[in-house]
Amino acid sequence: MAGLTLQLLGLQLFTGVALGALYVLLAVGLSLIFGMLTVVNFAHGAFYMLGAYVGLWLLMHGVNFWVALALAPLAVGGFGLAIERTLIRPLYGRGLDYPLLLTFGLSYVIVELVRIWFGNTGYPVDTPDLLQGAVNIGVGYFPLYRLFVIAATAVILLALWLFLERTSFGLIVRAGARDPQIVRILGVNVARVWLIVFGLGAGLAGLAGVLAAPLQGVIPEMGDPILAEAFVVTVVGGMGSLMGAVVAGLLVGVVVSMTSLFAPEMSRVAIFALMAVVLLIRPQGFFGRAGLMS
Amino acid sequence: MSMNDKGWSRRQAVAAAGAALASPFLFNIARAETAKIKVGFPVPLTGPYGAEAQDQVRAAQVAIAEFNESGGLKGRQAELLVRDDKLKPGEAATRALELIEGDKVDFIVGSLSASVQLAVNNVTKARKVLYNSISQSDAINEAKEFSPYTFHEALNPHMTGGAVGRYAFSKFGKKVVFLTADYAYGYEMVRGFQAAGKPMGIQTLADIRHPLGTNDFSALLPRIEALKPDVLVISNFGRDQQISLKQATDFGLKKTMKIVAPVLLYTGRIAAGAQAFEGVVGGTSYYWGLEKTVASAKAFNDRFRKLHKGRVPSDYGSYAYGGVKTFLMAARQAGTTDAQAVIPAMEALKYDYYKGPEFYRKCDHQAVQSVFIIQSKTAPAGDPADVFDILATDAPDEANLRSCQELGFK
Repeated sequence: MAGLTLQLLGLQLFTGVALGALYVLLAVGLSLIFGMLTVVNFAHGAFYMLGAYVGLWLLMHGVNFWVALALAPLAVGGFGLAIERTLIRPLYGRGLDYPLLLTFGLSYVIVELVRIWFGNTGYPVDTPDLLQGAVNIGVGYFPLYRLFVIAATAVILLALWLFLERTSFGLIVRAGARDPQIVRILGVNVARVWLIVFGLGAGLAGLAGVLAAPLQGVIPEMGDPILAEAFVVTVVGGMGSLMGAVVAGLLVGVVVSMTSLFAPEMSRVAIFALMAVVLLIRPQGFFGRAGLMS
Repeated sequence: MSMNDKGWSRRQAVAAAGAALASPFLFNIARAETAKIKVGFPVPLTGPYGAEAQDQVRAAQVAIAEFNESGGLKGRQAELLVRDDKLKPGEAATRALELIEGDKVDFIVGSLSASVQLAVNNVTKARKVLYNSISQSDAINEAKEFSPYTFHEALNPHMTGGAVGRYAFSKFGKKVVFLTADYAYGYEMVRGFQAAGKPMGIQTLADIRHPLGTNDFSALLPRIEALKPDVLVISNFGRDQQISLKQATDFGLKKTMKIVAPVLLYTGRIAAGAQAFEGVVGGTSYYWGLEKTVASAKAFNDRFRKLHKGRVPSDYGSYAYGGVKTFLMAARQAGTTDAQAVIPAMEALKYDYYKGPEFYRKCDHQAVQSVFIIQSKTAPAGDPADVFDILATDAPDEANLRSCQELGFK
């Protein structure tokens, strides 16, 4: 290919990492929710979209971007808490299908409500003033805002890691992901843990949504394509594994980016091809536990 | 004479019965004389192009009102029957059939998206009903789709790409990269650019195809930057265009190359905001700012403002106005709505209804018209509708269309 320089490859790699950052945020939430609650959350894309719209609404009412960035995930997380408590909790113990169908239906309801309130056509979201423009990262010019997204994701992941590894609540979450029954036998109020985990997952999705808004604007359907990609990441990384979500997220981002360099039409197919290959070789994903779905 | 208690005589009863029996016939004769001229109008009111479709309805209403106010056709008034085709070819074909068989329309005007237009055209062709298609399509000009009943008021990608190409390549440079949506519209636009660019000696560095509905173009932009073109031609539509322009701006591409689009939509620009579109050069069939130099534009804008509370019409809206008005005027000229008389009237029509002189070419009924080269302004200080500068006009010329032979006509 003409003009293929190391510089171009480097810039393309970086673009892949930036793409991967959003995938990671979504996949972590999805993986947590599945790992702990054994709930396949089809409403995760809707939470992402909701975060973007809450952010938009705040911006429309004069709130500055940084405050919106903090408030929107909290709002979506709170909404997630309510959903878990009222809709999902009654379905525990009934197998995988019920919560899956519920979250699937919920995603339709949420999208329709947003359409009714905000209309069909979507809105542009301006990049915050402080983060506008492109910087020279050595291999070329890269938008400052995307660098911010990478940095923000790294910070969030670090905070999440500290929470899971260094707090007792985090210990319970990890143990619950390993073996929920034993944890319950040990007298822990698993229901409350699950409530908070769901809220946390939803909040992470909402955060990804606010971060994504200045990149591509908001429209009610924005959650659909990204949900499919988030599921691919979770499957490739392993359901229930946080490390898996991070590694797979970055990998998928880089795969999309590199495929776009050589065959842009294949970029969407490439990630599903990746997933197929991983499933054939290692069905539980890179870091997943075998037999988690049974 | 016997009189019953209620006061009805037998004679009166018989007379009343006779009048009642005869009345349908009287009614029919009266109806024929004042029967409305029905214009069927299938457009995608729901779906991604809802905004454009709504504006087309508004503009069509202006054409209908204008016709009725000026006397109609020998006293017959026109009526607009709006239907939602949901941007789906099957749905549009059904709506067209309903309009023809159920509502007995005289004309059909409408449809966004090339595939939907072709679906409607298939129905109107078979039923021998006049159809004026009001959005961009190259395919509808071709001999295999054509019928005497098919007319195309809108521009086609070949004309638009050609006009913008002629302007951009001479002004900004000959090294070109194309970023194209991977579907028929994208390829048609690129073909238009190439047809104009080849005699000018342009060098196509790359033609990068992106899947329809791409949310994130960042993976494609570093390569474009590395190729260092003079001109980047982005051929896509709607949200794809808005996002690609925004992200190209974010990556700083505007600093090193001129970004050009075949069509810049008024509604798209309003939706995307000033920053993404700033400095982008493109083509359009109509911009309301034309009223400063073209009298018919001012007349159209004023009528539109009057009917729609001060709003100005968009480019796609103006197509609807032209599409409906040409049929009504041709019918007035012919003295009837009978298709066989209206067709020659349409072919003979030389009109200037909203943008300057136009006429329908005989072989494919394509409206030969001007294309305006526009550039998006930096954030407008005054009127929020004042978003474009008109840089140049590509005058109406049959040579800018694909030739009749090229399209498959003998």
